[in-house]
Amino acid sequence: MGKKSYGSPYFVWMSIFIIVPMFLVLYYAFTIQTDQGMVFSLDNIKRIAEPLYIKVFVRSLVLALESTAICLLIAYPAAMILADKKFSKSTTFLVMIVLPMWMNFLLRTYSWLSLLENNGLINKLVISLGFERMQLMYNEGAVVLGMVYNFLPFMILPIYSVLVKIDNNVIEAARDLGCTSFGVFKKITVPLSLPGVLSGITMVFMPAISTFIISRLLSGGKVSLIGNVIEQQFLVLGDWGFGSALSLVLMVFILISMAFINKGSSGYEGGIL
Amino acid sequence: MIKGMKKIYLSLIILFLYAPIIVLVIFSFNESKNRNVWTGFSLKWYAELFRDRDILSALKYTFIIAIIAAVVSTLIGTLASIGMFRLKKFSFNLVKNVTYIPVLNPDIVTGISLMLLFVFLQFEMGFVTMLLSHITFCIPYVILSVLPKLKQTDISVYEAAQDLGATPMTALWKVVIPEIRPGIVTGFLLAFTLSVDDFVISYFTSGNGVENLSMVVFSMARKGINPTINALSTLLFVLVMSLLLVINKKNKESLF
Repeated sequence: MGKKSYGSPYFVWMSIFIIVPMFLVLYYAFTIQTDQGMVFSLDNIKRIAEPLYIKVFVRSLVLALESTAICLLIAYPAAMILADKKFSKSTTFLVMIVLPMWMNFLLRTYSWLSLLENNGLINKLVISLGFERMQLMYNEGAVVLGMVYNFLPFMILPIYSVLVKIDNNVIEAARDLGCTSFGVFKKITVPLSLPGVLSGITMVFMPAISTFIISRLLSGGKVSLIGNVIEQQFLVLGDWGFGSALSLVLMVFILISMAFINKGSSGYEGGIL
Repeated sequence: MIKGMKKIYLSLIILFLYAPIIVLVIFSFNESKNRNVWTGFSLKWYAELFRDRDILSALKYTFIIAIIAAVVSTLIGTLASIGMFRLKKFSFNLVKNVTYIPVLNPDIVTGISLMLLFVFLQFEMGFVTMLLSHITFCIPYVILSVLPKLKQTDISVYEAAQDLGATPMTALWKVVIPEIRPGIVTGFLLAFTLSVDDFVISYFTSGNGVENLSMVVFSMARKGINPTINALSTLLFVLVMSLLLVINKKNKESLF
């Protein structure tokens, strides 16, 4: 069908706007500015091993893992309810879960400020009930909340879409053969939903580990993640070499986790259904 | 009993997802600029909206860029998918893997890498650089929605059309394109939405006062947001909601 040459505009575009920029990141990551111009150096990469940056990496990883875990815990039961054929309201709920994603995410995140601030709505409620004022913002908890808030639908939808496809006959057969409810859940629902769970994990973890806006808006700059450090290197400090090195590490990190997750899911592709 | 629990559980999730949106909508009608105090109902922020130059210009740029980016990326992406189909396995996989780079890469990495490119090419940051970046991150999504449709297309129908005297161009236009149209439409819509919603990549590749809506929200967030933006998002939200309802009513298929 068609000619190969139809692809040419894209092949040119791709080379200029995808491949060249990747090489530029590599170039900046492995060079430093000296009197003789740019020379090859590993200094930028070595700097990442400084305790300050290791801390930032660990913090980003921990917060992203925490929010992924919380999303999974909230989303799995929700997806099970939605996929239940006896549950009649599932279309309405699904539409309502998808709708907020159509609103600018910066704005939705920003709106949390009115709820979380020291004299925000939640604290007003808490105080009127006679409790102490709580510090809800400017900490890691607020960042995790922002991540869960923004990415929860990305966990619910893929899990729902695999659960809804599970053949009811399989479950009934298991029941006929004497399986308990918990047995059905453990031996049928969970294994068959694994591909959805894994793609949900990818879709939450990846944006969570690289975000810089959620941490900026909800922690007021107090919680610094890799994304924030990269942004700062490029737009504030002008240290493109170190910024590129950090981006490179982030990229490699994500590739490794993708490979890891894909390996987990490939085992199930040839499953029983 | 259990059914009630299920509804309560889902309702709590909905409450969580909508809490900030409800607050945002309510405060767009607040008379005071302060986002913690309710001083009375007022439509003044809606009136202000149509006088705010920053917001209006951001609205203009957001939609101009989204429309051009969606059209161009759909064109290039659809042609690319057809062209890719003729490639040998090795080249096909190579192109496909490169296409995945912007999809898998964190936005911030795509953003800074494009920024490095524009500096290297000595482009001035502004409308053009932002548009080029948007087209770049949209094309892969178009390709990824068209390719599967192309795989389902029966090549013998295309060959039959040619046997019956159609030129390759006519055969492509009359046979292949209608067949892959759903993929093209999905790709276009995806590109448009991604472009409208983008913040990170625009943030790194724009300049010279060219800002989209997300960027205005971000810069306002530093100075303290102005309720006009609440008014705008309320309007946009209502618009999107009614659009979705209309589409949903028109074809009884669900949204997904």
